[in-house]
Amino acid sequence: MSGSVGIVMMVHNALDRATQVARHWAESGCPVVIHVDSQVGRDAYKEFVGGLSDLPDLKFCKRHRCEWGTWSLVQASQTGSELMLETYPDVRHVYLASGSCLPLRPVQELVDYLAERPRTDFIESATTDDVPWAIGGLDAERFTLRFPFSWKRHRQLFDGYVRLQRRVRYKRKIPMGVVPHLGSQWWCLTRRTLSSILEDQQRETFDNYFKRVWIPDESYYQTLVRLFSTSIESRSLTLSKFDYQGKPHTFYDDHLQLLRRSDCFVARKIWPHADRLYQAFLTDEDGAMKKAEPNPGKIDRIFAKAVERRIRGRAGLYMQSRYPVEDRENGATPAPYSVFQGFSYLFEDFVPWLSKSTGSTVHGHLFAPKRAEFVGGVRIYSGCVPDSAPMRDANPKAFLTNLIWNTRGEQQCFQFSPRDLQDLNWFIAKDPNASITVITGAWVVPLFHSNLSFIEIRKEAARLQKIESDHLNILRSPWAKARVRIMTMAEFIEAPMEPLQTIIDTIGPRNNLRTLSEAPKMVDLTGFGKFLQNLKNQGMHPHLMGDFPSGDDIAQTIAKPRRPYLVRK
Amino acid sequence: MQDLWTAYKMRLKRRRLLFRALRKRRQLTPITDHTNRISGDAILAFSTVRNEIIRLPHFLDHYRKLGVQHFLMVDNNSDDGTAEYLAAQPDVSLWHTDHSYKMSRFGVDWLAWLQIKYGHGHWCLTVDADEILVYPHHDTRPLAQLTQWLDQAGKQSFGTMMLDMYPKGPLDAQPYSAGQNPFETLRWFDADNYHSQMQEGLQNLWIQGGVRERVFFGDRPERAPTLNKTPLVKWNKRYAYVSSTHSLLPRHLNQVFDTDGAGKTTGVLLHSKFLHVVVDKSVEEKQRQEHFANSSLYDAYYDSLAQSPDLWDETSCEYTDWRQLQTLGLMSGGGWR
Repeated sequence: MSGSVGIVMMVHNALDRATQVARHWAESGCPVVIHVDSQVGRDAYKEFVGGLSDLPDLKFCKRHRCEWGTWSLVQASQTGSELMLETYPDVRHVYLASGSCLPLRPVQELVDYLAERPRTDFIESATTDDVPWAIGGLDAERFTLRFPFSWKRHRQLFDGYVRLQRRVRYKRKIPMGVVPHLGSQWWCLTRRTLSSILEDQQRETFDNYFKRVWIPDESYYQTLVRLFSTSIESRSLTLSKFDYQGKPHTFYDDHLQLLRRSDCFVARKIWPHADRLYQAFLTDEDGAMKKAEPNPGKIDRIFAKAVERRIRGRAGLYMQSRYPVEDRENGATPAPYSVFQGFSYLFEDFVPWLSKSTGSTVHGHLFAPKRAEFVGGVRIYSGCVPDSAPMRDANPKAFLTNLIWNTRGEQQCFQFSPRDLQDLNWFIAKDPNASITVITGAWVVPLFHSNLSFIEIRKEAARLQKIESDHLNILRSPWAKARVRIMTMAEFIEAPMEPLQTIIDTIGPRNNLRTLSEAPKMVDLTGFGKFLQNLKNQGMHPHLMGDFPSGDDIAQTIAKPRRPYLVRK
Repeated sequence: MQDLWTAYKMRLKRRRLLFRALRKRRQLTPITDHTNRISGDAILAFSTVRNEIIRLPHFLDHYRKLGVQHFLMVDNNSDDGTAEYLAAQPDVSLWHTDHSYKMSRFGVDWLAWLQIKYGHGHWCLTVDADEILVYPHHDTRPLAQLTQWLDQAGKQSFGTMMLDMYPKGPLDAQPYSAGQNPFETLRWFDADNYHSQMQEGLQNLWIQGGVRERVFFGDRPERAPTLNKTPLVKWNKRYAYVSSTHSLLPRHLNQVFDTDGAGKTTGVLLHSKFLHVVVDKSVEEKQRQEHFANSSLYDAYYDSLAQSPDLWDETSCEYTDWRQLQTLGLMSGGGWR
């Protein structure tokens, strides 16, 4: 007596592997009917037949010329199935497989599994509304348009003809009683269902209809099974994966563990030279998997992740494989970072203080004119980023994104000022990962302390004020996506603790809200009000600092009532 | 309109390059010709070499393991036994020339002729003797799997980035002997100081950076060597490399990167330039002036190399395998799982 599960195998190429798999099925007790694509040459076919001639329960059916996406594939499976049902009366389930399918578990387990479910048809079958995976926007239209041109060979004609039919609102009539369903073309049907489909009185009508449906091998059985089956389990027993373009995924040697974990009965498609896979699953009984319910979910998750990554990419990574156009980056930078403007001029020890209170990496002025002031004064920072200003300035965006990519997992902070390279002002302002805190006008403090002549100071102050003003306009523009906080120097000095506390709360370690125990040491500002007044008297109006009284005593200002923190010019 | 005009100029350029190759074929003398052994689906490697005897055993070994069926090589007047060594290899066809490397656009013209003649319809790998290709899964998946996937995905070219590998300590401190894996000593690289920009005309990504820029070109980064290469192409006799293997015509072959999405599948060319021999060689190269378009601008570079500098830094990254390169974002598996 021959087995109860018959394998109909569709072979197109890689005949040596097909031989191996067919032999495996047959020797495990399953009758096999093979359809060989008539495009396979005569000599190769003869050799293939000869190689399997010693197996009694293995037949070859009439050959058709197969082309992807056409009726010929359904025709081939019909011919094969008919021969199977006719020749092997004991067969209860027919399994449609291809030459590049590989059984992952001992065949006996599949036989037992099906014997326990004698009336169940395993075929993925969903209505067109329910399938997300139809490629090229053609799902329902597969059934209502005509497709006389080959998608592979005459793509333009194919597309053009589809457009034309849409424009003239052409629609084919679907035969009575047929509700189009789609699904994987690899199924396993009971004798009863399969013979009902093949022996139905209306078969000619159905066949004539499906001959002109696009990719009928994904819809012919999937639709008709709904008319005849009593128990459909809408899933394929064959594991097959598709990439984001809808092309079948090929499994290689290194997928061995992944396939083992899937617990599926059969997988496709397998790279013909994947010796290790064929070795592991066909010859090595111990290597085959334990009994378990097939669990393609595990493998699905891995692939879904891959597909998502394929579509969205690694945020903030610029590399040879991806060069995102600005604003289409899926994240301009890989991780949050903070920019501080003005603080290092007001506090002598702001950098060490910030690093101590927040535990993050605090650089000096990364965009300083002479060199990038990395934390600790190192010349080369993580990822071998050098401090060379010419290299940085040749591509400042690459400099910043590299730095943040290299230090993923660490919060990066750096100082910024109108004295630094301003090329990235828009880029940073538009980046939601950036948080920018500005004490406007603080850049004047080094001038206040300097020994420059007053004419030089006046000139430099005017220059810096213009630069900062432009930067503030960017930060306040509606396109700015960064977290921005702007306060004038006067406001800040009035109540420095509150903004400092906010900084620590936002970038410090989570779940560990600290209260500020130690404030950084502010520089001496005695005489600052007078200095500003002098600038004013010279005709240069320093408006970004806010309102300082012209007297000597800065402490006076602290007594003043609090103003709203965002002061516009 | 503008683009049509550029396309037309590019077409002229391509035809000029092909014509050049046709003229330069006379500079090649065949030494051994085993090209009749090339089968229809063979993957071919093309290379111009000069005094590379020390690198060749590992080079051939690496690419044979990846499944390169035949090597088509041009020997540019070597005097260290390179020619004799290659002539004895059954899977190498060898040509000889003593003409100028620079005038042949760094060997590209010679190879272009061989590619026209033998490469048509094959996946062709064009690499120097100091370039070792790695790509995702290269240890388990031979090149044929990669090219089959590229074919299936409708891609005709495969992009890579050159990764300069260097030793720890002075360059000539650890001698290398032929056949050894060069990356046992050249174990270090710069993980992420690369920067790129789009080149409008050819539409390729111009990548620079890395250790050579960091050490030798810190003050004039615009002169730093180009690192993007497109060495693997499903060849057509109408194709032409423009400058080294950095860019090709027609332009669509340069689109080995995505402007959105996760990025295409790419590889890395591990660059074994900094073996101990580089120190002596730089003295010679400085005199020959054959390696850069404006060679004299690179005198300082050769001078520093001749001093056997230490390129290593505390932030250097130690090479482990392709997975590491993928994690670091130096190459990507793209859609190939």
